[in-house]
Amino acid sequence: MRTNGPISLVFHTVFVVFMLAPIVVVCLVAFTPDGFLSLPTNGFSLRWFRAIASYPEFVRAFWVSLGLGALSSFVALLFAVPAALAIARYRFRGRDALSALFLSPLMIPHVVLGIAFLRFFTSIGIGGSFAALIIAHVLVVFPFALRLTLAAATGMDRSVEMAALSLGADDWTLFRRVTLPLILPGVVSGWALAFIQSFDDLTMTVFLATPGTETLPVRMFLYIQDNIDPLVTSVSASVIAITMTALVVLDRFYGLDRVLAGKSDAGQ
Amino acid sequence: MSTAPDTSVLTTGPSADERAARAPWALTAPALMLFVGILVIPLAMTVMLSFHDWGQYKGIEPVFILKNWHEIATDPYYAEMFWRTFRVALLATLITAVFGAPEAYILNRMSGPWKSFFLLVILGPLLISVVARTLGWALLFGGNNGLVNKFLMSLGLIGSPLPFMFTETGMVVALAHVMMPFMVLSVWAALQRLDPQIENAALSLGASSFTIIRRIVLPQIMPGVLSGAIIVFSLSASAFATPAIIGGRRLKVAATLAYDEFLNTLNWPLGAAVAVLLLVALVLIVVGSNALIERRYAEVFR
Repeated sequence: MRTNGPISLVFHTVFVVFMLAPIVVVCLVAFTPDGFLSLPTNGFSLRWFRAIASYPEFVRAFWVSLGLGALSSFVALLFAVPAALAIARYRFRGRDALSALFLSPLMIPHVVLGIAFLRFFTSIGIGGSFAALIIAHVLVVFPFALRLTLAAATGMDRSVEMAALSLGADDWTLFRRVTLPLILPGVVSGWALAFIQSFDDLTMTVFLATPGTETLPVRMFLYIQDNIDPLVTSVSASVIAITMTALVVLDRFYGLDRVLAGKSDAGQ
Repeated sequence: MSTAPDTSVLTTGPSADERAARAPWALTAPALMLFVGILVIPLAMTVMLSFHDWGQYKGIEPVFILKNWHEIATDPYYAEMFWRTFRVALLATLITAVFGAPEAYILNRMSGPWKSFFLLVILGPLLISVVARTLGWALLFGGNNGLVNKFLMSLGLIGSPLPFMFTETGMVVALAHVMMPFMVLSVWAALQRLDPQIENAALSLGASSFTIIRRIVLPQIMPGVLSGAIIVFSLSASAFATPAIIGGRRLKVAATLAYDEFLNTLNWPLGAAVAVLLLVALVLIVVGSNALIERRYAEVFR
């Protein structure tokens, strides 16, 4: 393997600066002591982080996002785990078509999904409700939950299951005591990646959210549409910090490279 | 032995066969019903919606007319908007390919700890909120004395400040940044299949670095670049947050126009037609280029 020459390293440095610049700028501006946007900032202050507390819309939106992400990822797993077990273990007619259908939310632009859900939920009379948001998010995060669970179920050693069966375990005991613990790392990572997807989604949610059910990205987006001030940068910096924490946890639990490989085909 | 083991699961008796035939359907049935109920039906309703009539005072009328499709086909505003959508997506895709592919190659040549560190730095943004990332670009672009302009002018690359906010240039740059990790990831995956000994063989036979890259590396990672390009293009063409924040209220792309029709003008049938057209165009482009790539690179995929 050859090593990188000076030109490569210069290119690499410029590239990394390009990738980090917008994220670093948001975090820098968030600590400004001024009442307006300024770059570079003169000094350091937490006033805009404290200001978040006095803007209840952001705080409420944060809790909506948190609850929505946690709940929809959990519900998605309730559907995804059995489906993943079926796809991993059985060769049956329609198996490929089913996997394609289950991964299709990755292929459909979120703006189309947002419109389709808005139309559907309005016509069945639950438009604008939190339940509608949950159902929509379950569908959008389903592929991520399915994929990581599927990877765990495919690589699983089944001899332990056979042993449990031969000792007289029934289906439910087998699943609860043997199968689930074995695929748990995949299931937990699937939940975490699904949570991040739900927590970040703007394009679809912006069609469905109403003032009472605005998620954090939607609130941030609508705020930016009106004006950009240091408050929205401190909110963004907090979101970045939360995501980074989730990333570190995910890395410890499962390995970030495997998680990202699961996300790499989004849009295909 | 008092309790004989349940042999039906261990041997392939008729009951085991039956069980195996029914099990996958029983396990996938809940998810299948979920998908039919809240994906297939809403999508079908959206397609139908695009054929309905709408008026400022009468609202949506459930009739079958081609009014919306006729308007999109004849009004040059829509042609211009779709052309802008695909032009911006294509330029963003080109930038990610031109810069992302060499970066993946450089990353791949780094030693262990540096490699994983920079891979995290470059791929991590993928999981950070798109709104936060785009906000960063809005701050960098902001006005004539934005940091990007100051930087470019101090390098002597430009004489006077370039407008980035509310322009296609700004949209392309910000979109390229948002989509870059997908390209790096895709090329990275292709590089993992490359045998480093072939490069060494070429080197020992006297090939220059440039020849090695052009004749050995590039042909082998090209499928990775192309499949990355398909991902980046389809995500860019349907992107919402970045064009909405950087492009402002005037410079519309398909996703932001559909949003406007739905939530501001309230002309749902027209918005549905724009969205359906975007979906159909993207599916055709993605399926078509996938087929082309697979035929062209059948050797590599085998």
